[in-house]
Amino acid sequence: MLHEVGLNSASELFDSIPQELRLTRNLDTTPALSELELLAGFDRLAATNYGAQRISFLGAGAYQHYIPTVVDHIISRSEFFTAYTPYQPEISQGTLQAIFEFQTLVCQLTGMEVANASMYDGSTALAEAVLMAERVTKRSKVVACGAIHPEYLEVIDTYVQHAGIELVHAPFDAETGQVGDATDLLDDKTAALVVQSPNFFGCIEDVAALAQRAHANGSLLIVAITEAISLGLLKSPGACGADIVVAEGQSFGVPLSFGGPYVGLFATREKYARQIPGRLVGEAFDKQGRRGFVLTLATREQHIRREKATSNICTNEGLIALASTVYLETMGRQGLQEVAQQCAQKAAYAAKSISALPGFSVPFTAPRFNEFVVRAPGNAKELLAKLASKNQITGGLPLSRYFADRPNDFLVCVTEINSREQIDSFVSALESQVAL
Amino acid sequence: MKSDITKVSAHINPNEALIFERSQTGRVGYRLPPLDVEEQTISDLIPHQFLRDDDLDGVPEVSEVDVIRHFVRMSMWNYSIDQGMYPLGSCTMKYNSRLNEKVARIAGFASLHPLTEAEDAQGALAVIHQLQLDLAEITGLPGISLQPAAGAHGEMTGVMIIRAFIDARDGEGGSAKRRTMLIPDSAHGTNPASAHLSGFSVKTIRSTAEGLTDLDHLREVCAVGDVAGLMLTNPNTLGLFERNIQEICRIVHEAGGLVYMDGANMNALVGIARPGDMGVDVIHLNLHKTFSTPHGGGGPGCGPCCCTKELEPFLPVPRIVKEADNYKLDFNYPKSIGRVKAFFGNYGMMLRALAYIQTHGNDGLREATEAAVLNARYIARGLTSDYDKPFDSPPMHEVVFTDKRQSRKGVHTLDIAKRLIDYGFHPMTIYFPLIVQGAMLIEPTESVGRQELDQFVEAMRAIAREAVEDPELVLNAPHDTRIGRLDEAAAARKPVLRWKPRQAATTA
Repeated sequence: MLHEVGLNSASELFDSIPQELRLTRNLDTTPALSELELLAGFDRLAATNYGAQRISFLGAGAYQHYIPTVVDHIISRSEFFTAYTPYQPEISQGTLQAIFEFQTLVCQLTGMEVANASMYDGSTALAEAVLMAERVTKRSKVVACGAIHPEYLEVIDTYVQHAGIELVHAPFDAETGQVGDATDLLDDKTAALVVQSPNFFGCIEDVAALAQRAHANGSLLIVAITEAISLGLLKSPGACGADIVVAEGQSFGVPLSFGGPYVGLFATREKYARQIPGRLVGEAFDKQGRRGFVLTLATREQHIRREKATSNICTNEGLIALASTVYLETMGRQGLQEVAQQCAQKAAYAAKSISALPGFSVPFTAPRFNEFVVRAPGNAKELLAKLASKNQITGGLPLSRYFADRPNDFLVCVTEINSREQIDSFVSALESQVAL
Repeated sequence: MKSDITKVSAHINPNEALIFERSQTGRVGYRLPPLDVEEQTISDLIPHQFLRDDDLDGVPEVSEVDVIRHFVRMSMWNYSIDQGMYPLGSCTMKYNSRLNEKVARIAGFASLHPLTEAEDAQGALAVIHQLQLDLAEITGLPGISLQPAAGAHGEMTGVMIIRAFIDARDGEGGSAKRRTMLIPDSAHGTNPASAHLSGFSVKTIRSTAEGLTDLDHLREVCAVGDVAGLMLTNPNTLGLFERNIQEICRIVHEAGGLVYMDGANMNALVGIARPGDMGVDVIHLNLHKTFSTPHGGGGPGCGPCCCTKELEPFLPVPRIVKEADNYKLDFNYPKSIGRVKAFFGNYGMMLRALAYIQTHGNDGLREATEAAVLNARYIARGLTSDYDKPFDSPPMHEVVFTDKRQSRKGVHTLDIAKRLIDYGFHPMTIYFPLIVQGAMLIEPTESVGRQELDQFVEAMRAIAREAVEDPELVLNAPHDTRIGRLDEAAAARKPVLRWKPRQAATTA
């Protein structure tokens, strides 16, 4: 082939690169490994991830849930995972119809009217929601509740730092764990009030009341959800009056995978459809009147609008959105409610058992879904380290990771994965480690 | 009508309704263990006003086999890399190894929570650290963050780093005078969109007739004194290496700006030349292009950001560092632009990319680059007789043609692309880059052999003949797909973006 294109050696392929820029040595990366060597190497590394081997009560933005076997089978099909973004609809209807179903499911669960084809994850979806609120209202201040996932708040900070948006944090109530009365922070410059519900501490916010407060001020209400399973039980943000709803969709059939890839859900009101970031799939018909689906409203997007686009996003989380779609359809109307019920019931059982232990309490009084803060009689990080090494239990997240003033508090998450037996051994491990 | 077609895929046409139209009240496709704690009345746990009261109306009720058939039938409407060549220019659709998929599914990684204490996640952090080292070696840029989730996200990160560096170097007053980001007219649309997110306004740099950055225009614009940086794709989106790259970097640097390289086309350079050696300050990579992690029908991607030592303090936190034999998270970078995503980024993609690097080995990485460029060269040669090739220079890993000759007969790029579907290929990238009228950007990658390249060339030539002899055939393509060309204009005028029950739809 080289000769046919008129060359004598492979290096002549690169003659347009100045000689002094050409690498004259091999890269300092490993020589080629065989399949057996490669797997042995990764298996060895995986074996040192002790956290993956323990019973776990760790949530805080990433959750262990039952994943039906069919999910991985479907997303492992060549036709889905080795396809590109569906730019040629005639040979991409599989992907396009799946996204249309995804958008519909997200609308149904969040109680909203329009949803996009996905964002990178919950945190970036929330940052994009903040930017969208500024575009919609043409106001420049955003009030964000202090009980939003701390890493989400950090991501918002990064995204808005050059956008001319002032970000104000509304403190949470130290007794209830919910956002305090943010009314005094809302003014005529406020584009949006941002809350997470259930919030980072697991507390359910009074979203309907917050929506009223935001709307009375001419601001939007943005609701973020990290534990999307809660949508199977809790009133939808849309029904409560939210204007933009974003969620981390990882709970819908996506493995923990050390933080990604996950999938951001993004939904809003129909009147804001042309302000939404990211891709949208819509219904379309061919000349014979056959129904199909296409990427639509592309004039919002970067490849057409360039610097005036609603977002710079291009590649999103297609395959993970597909995993969520398969999950939601497999679990279905009944399964989604049952999972959510089990999470809430088991968390309530765990909270009751732990708070009955001498020296332990559950400090926040607000109603909760499947996460709650526990106050230990001593340093939580040390206690959880002992639990991990002695009892092989990951007991949750020491809040000191994000809140230095809460050394004794830790966040516990319980899902349908945790059997009563696991919960009971967790509780007795806590008791015995403190007694030691 | 297709006597000379050698590669024809029969597009399978099963009818498959939306899942909502298949739903049957009371059907289920799952089973959970029974609740094993005492069940409490739910409204005793959570006040009634916070509970859902719509019984998840409209969410489908189907069996497991319903779900499987639904998605398997739909999957048959998709073209995919595993079926054949997918020559989308600038997208690098190369083979996705099954081994990499297996690695990403090893339980010790797949079941690992991102907030696991570092000492209990050493293997996972070691993978990140090793990939950082390898990508730094490949790019020649030592500072690196794997946090960005896609190419555009990596761009945003890189441009924010430039902004933060200039803010720190020039102080508030000085920095305020530098708010211009230079972007060539051939760039991806994500470049200007990403620059905008960092508060930059965009000035467009012209390309020469030869298809390269216009140095005179660059000098002229840099002389204004407001330039923060240049965002350059190299090889550029015409598939040409910017051979004046050192001079370009020098001009921008002397004007006080930094050079950002869009790494979308790194598949032409891995093992051959390094952006860091060219004078580039910061680059993003697309692991879902160059390093073969699957595109998944539109993601997930992973867009690592690599930079010089000088820019390293500005990278997102946390950084993954090695101290003695211990991997840890380091948050102590006060100049950091901050966090761009929760947790560590798209970790599953990092596992796959590292597996790609290790199975290829250092010589294999270079050989892949050579094959990718050779394949594009082969197509360039094969199509020159039938299609207009607007730039004479030999291309790197992708080549641009136009519809100039065919459009005289009323056959345009879109028609050629659609007709290619009938020949069993995915079309090339069309109407990009924007500066080439009727552009067809073809990137075969290293994952196709000579036979398939010949079939592709043969199909393209047959279409060129059809454009003359039977233009209607081309204009009405594709002919064999599940649906014909869809009315996209009508779809955008009255968008239907979700399914609704019939009666609700009529009242809406």
